[in-house]
Amino acid sequence: MTNALTYKKGIKDGLPICFGYFAVSFAFGVSVVGQGLPALIAVLMSATNLTSAGQFAGAKVIIEASVLVGFGTFLQIILTQLVINARYFLMSITLAQKLDSKWTLLDRLLCSFGITDEIFAVAVSNKSPVNRKYMFGLILTPFIGWTLGTLCGAYAGDILPDIITESLTIALYAMFIAIIIPAGIQDKRVFVVIAISVALSCAFYFIPFLNGVAEGIAYIICALVASVIGAIFFPVKQKEALDE
Amino acid sequence: MSKELCMVLLVLTMAIITYLIRLLPMLVFRKKIKNQFINSLLYYLPYAVLSAMTFPFILYSSGHLVSAIIGTAVALTASFCKRSLVTVAILACLAVLGAELVIV
Repeated sequence: MTNALTYKKGIKDGLPICFGYFAVSFAFGVSVVGQGLPALIAVLMSATNLTSAGQFAGAKVIIEASVLVGFGTFLQIILTQLVINARYFLMSITLAQKLDSKWTLLDRLLCSFGITDEIFAVAVSNKSPVNRKYMFGLILTPFIGWTLGTLCGAYAGDILPDIITESLTIALYAMFIAIIIPAGIQDKRVFVVIAISVALSCAFYFIPFLNGVAEGIAYIICALVASVIGAIFFPVKQKEALDE
Repeated sequence: MSKELCMVLLVLTMAIITYLIRLLPMLVFRKKIKNQFINSLLYYLPYAVLSAMTFPFILYSSGHLVSAIIGTAVALTASFCKRSLVTVAILACLAVLGAELVIV
């Protein structure tokens, strides 16, 4: 990724995310409509939220509460989103450190909507500071893919056999792997941090008592502990962090 | 309040909360952070988050553990060969689909 960060480059870098999102949000549409959420609500959710885990959790709350909605349901949905999406807070801090000097307040207001795991990871994996036009391009196609995927899944999901939708679910995880592995090969310290994070995450999943911790909180604990260990034992020099 | 309107309000509540989580740091942390520890932490964090989100959950992402393991192995191999994001994703999906067709 040595080219200049233009709008076009943003669109190009966003395409793989767009395809991955289409697959995952298709699965989302199929799943939540199958559980009783109106198709239009599912599409509205994707167009306004642009987040995976948060939407699955939020849809679950809405489906279960559809009989009796009260203040409690709103509180529950706010807490769910705060916990599951807290990771965006950390990503946003990191991204804010990588922006070039041309960002206006309006740019920040608009682009903040599009900070997802994948868009964030691709944006900060560039060596140069992040340009606003590049960021708009990078957000555009994934947003379309995510919304369109939900629309297709919600209305046409029944046409596809389960085996297809089940095979699509791995797409997003595979993309995560495609982001972390090359970074780990390039920088051995990152590899160590990845290994620690994976080990902790597995511990939270498999060890009784620990597996009672909500998934959204467990991610953050694992990632923070692994990164703190990395920061203590392999501190990154200022210039290096900006270059990579 | 009708059921549909209520659902719309719940969805918009989700959207606002999620947006604010993303927006606040973009407004607050505008100056470059000088602290080396914080910078190191922020450097490692994205990869650590993605790792924790992927494992072990990827192993339960398809209908069967075996097909998911095959899909994971394909994704790891393709990533070690530095294939692009979309290539890795497609290969993993095809691997799971192939394995599922054999198993079922």
